[in-house]
Amino acid sequence: MSASDDLYQEVILDHSRNPRRYGCPLDHTHCAEGKNPLCGDEYQVYLTLDEEGVVRDASFEGAGCAISKASTSLMLEQLIGKHHEEVHALFETFHDMVTNPNGNHDAKELGKLAAFSGIWKFPSRVKCAILCWHAVRNALDGKTTASTE
Amino acid sequence: MSKADTTLLDVRAQFPCLDQKVHGKRLAYLDSAATALKPVYVIDAVAHHYTNESANIHRGVHHLSEKATAAFEAARETVRAHLNAAHAHEVIFTSGTTDSINLVAQSFGQLEIGKGDEILVTEMEHHSNIVPWQLLRERTGAVLRVAPITDNGDVDREAFRAALNERTKLVAFTAVSNALGTVNPVAELTREAHAAGASVLVDAAQAVPVQPIDVQALDCDFLAFSGHKVFGPTGIGVLYGKEGLLEAMPPVKGGGDMILSVTFEKTTYNALPHKFEAGTAHIAGAIGLGRALEFVRGLGYGAIEAHEATLLADALNALQSIDGLKLVGTPANRKGIISFLIDGIHPHDLGTILDQEGVAVRAGHHCAQPVMQHYGVAATARASFSIYNNHDDIDQLVAAIRKAQEIFR
Repeated sequence: MSASDDLYQEVILDHSRNPRRYGCPLDHTHCAEGKNPLCGDEYQVYLTLDEEGVVRDASFEGAGCAISKASTSLMLEQLIGKHHEEVHALFETFHDMVTNPNGNHDAKELGKLAAFSGIWKFPSRVKCAILCWHAVRNALDGKTTASTE
Repeated sequence: MSKADTTLLDVRAQFPCLDQKVHGKRLAYLDSAATALKPVYVIDAVAHHYTNESANIHRGVHHLSEKATAAFEAARETVRAHLNAAHAHEVIFTSGTTDSINLVAQSFGQLEIGKGDEILVTEMEHHSNIVPWQLLRERTGAVLRVAPITDNGDVDREAFRAALNERTKLVAFTAVSNALGTVNPVAELTREAHAAGASVLVDAAQAVPVQPIDVQALDCDFLAFSGHKVFGPTGIGVLYGKEGLLEAMPPVKGGGDMILSVTFEKTTYNALPHKFEAGTAHIAGAIGLGRALEFVRGLGYGAIEAHEATLLADALNALQSIDGLKLVGTPANRKGIISFLIDGIHPHDLGTILDQEGVAVRAGHHCAQPVMQHYGVAATARASFSIYNNHDDIDQLVAAIRKAQEIFR
């Protein structure tokens, strides 16, 4: 398998072609923009948290490369039912996986997101994979724009 | 093998950077519009300076300083001759095209441009020929006007003429578009700008590597280019300006080398070109740039243009044979810069896959977001060709694009 095939695994291609949780909801409690001015990638993520701080709905819309779109789609699928503190913990685990080949992240915790485990070999693409994760974190922190360059 | 390949047959061997594998593949370097590779002839000149005559210039009376000064000023003379400028002191060394344009925006802007005065650029400009004018607009209240491009990627000449008026103080445009490859009719645009009473700045960053420039024949008032795009070092560039304008313009940076005398009451500025060259210059860079221009002269623009025209025609043919490939910009007169899109593959994904196949292209907005906005895209892939490229590079590019299409099938 070539490095390209390794990066563009079927699950990533699938989620980039047919992103899940795509669209603008009627309402939401948290929202932020994920933007990479160098690439032109631009997304909006919408979250709805209940009173306990658990994610009950999550969706996104926007445009960008396959990596950023698939990462957002796969991420949002996993956020449903997670408390916002668990979301922050998942961010750290994912961040560790995509930036640190020697990290001791728990692949099980990441589920399908493990498809991005080889992306540290493509340093210029890590920012694509992590773009909307920053947006989600910012949305939860009450900020409205995330940017990776 | 084409005639062009024969003419430049030995050129590849002079670029050591080509002699490597990328991800285990032959390197097809198709990103010369971002920066050109460097020939041994230039690398050696830079190394020679640091090895044998590493000294500051215009100051020391010692042997090494005199040698370095002579080499630095000889480089200036090489640039003068290359551009056919009337005087060597019309050649200001800067850090690059961006620095040169900013110098004009600050200095000429301070001298000539006030509230309500107009600066005209085209829609195809690089950000470095947009943002300095926006900064000037903020400082002065000047107006920045834009001459649109046609969907082919040519300057809309009628709109350009219509935008010129008695308030137009400066017209700044590129000679060759870095995003579309368009070759602009510099002499004609300059004539029209002059007829309206405006001065003219030409961004020649993409032009100097591929076509001869004669500033006196073009009659432009300023011309900017970078060393690194013409096989020279990074961090060195040139601002050419007409003597009378440069004499009248105030310095924008103060420091050593740009003064004749300094007291706390009054400082007298040095003559041209030193007035605009405060601080220790990029001496090795200037020497390297001089050598790079000698290298280009040695090849001859005739051979360069013939080689590039052959490659461009073949590349356009080969790319257009790919289903799902769309060219962005089809200007009437163009150089070897091709922006394109592939159906269903984002340019960044394409760039990554091409890289894995040893093919270096640029993916992004090419620092020309208004061009991207014109075509309604966020980014394109861009392949750009230079003297060391050959038909194998085109074949490798096409094969890599097909591989990407397979992955994204």
